[in-house]
Amino acid sequence: MAIIRWKPIDEVDRLRQEVDSVFGSFLSGTEPFFSRVYPALNFSEKENNLLVRAELPGVKPESLDISVVEGRLQISGERKIDVEEQNIGYHRREREAGFFRRTIALPTRVDPGKVSASMKNGVLTITLPKSEEAKPKKITVKTT
Amino acid sequence: MATKEMELKEKKEVKKEAGEGTRPGPVFVPAVDILENAKELIILADMPGVDSKNVDIDLRDNHLTIIGRIDKTEDEKEVSLYKEFQWGDYFRLFTLSDVIDQERITAKMDSGVLRLVLPKFEKAKPQKIKVSAA
Repeated sequence: MAIIRWKPIDEVDRLRQEVDSVFGSFLSGTEPFFSRVYPALNFSEKENNLLVRAELPGVKPESLDISVVEGRLQISGERKIDVEEQNIGYHRREREAGFFRRTIALPTRVDPGKVSASMKNGVLTITLPKSEEAKPKKITVKTT
Repeated sequence: MATKEMELKEKKEVKKEAGEGTRPGPVFVPAVDILENAKELIILADMPGVDSKNVDIDLRDNHLTIIGRIDKTEDEKEVSLYKEFQWGDYFRLFTLSDVIDQERITAKMDSGVLRLVLPKFEKAKPQKIKVSAA
């Protein structure tokens, strides 16, 4: 019979890993606020409008394609990094270029015909007016 | 031209040791490209939400500081429903070499991208020296 030295530290580590894996499986549900898909979006509400914002520095409005189809918002486009200078070398290259496409389900019904979008300082704002049926309605309780 | 799909990178927050801010809210490190040719050094920094009037570029003792402050985009009447990114100011510090002609530095802000051009001194440019025969 092989004699294995009991290492309490290993036991603690193993237990912690097990606990992490159990909790990790459902705690991970709270984290994906950080989605892997570019761009990151913020949703907010103002009066009867739904507002969606994204940080898209250096993206030209004409290279953006925004559409609303069956309660889903799709944003796609391309980010180009043009360098006009000749004979140039890079010291650092952290900025990314490429295509992006993101589709997200909208939390409320919107009027696809009235959707508008604007770009300011590299921030995209999409204004989606809610459709009539999604607007809040006051219901009065009648006494009989 | 690059045709790859873009991947989202989490915004990097500035470490507290770099100096504490006096404005509430997070401060982020802007992603930069640094390019160099024979004439100049070019820094491109992504600072979405920053207006040209809210950019501070400070240069002293070869330390170049870039600060970008954002205007509040959301107004009081807005109710946040779902958040994937935080708004915040930008801060980044670089150490420059002596070859930069500090008098001729130019900066431009275009759709959330800062373009900083740092021209080199004339003398730092490569020059061909002719050797004349005696």
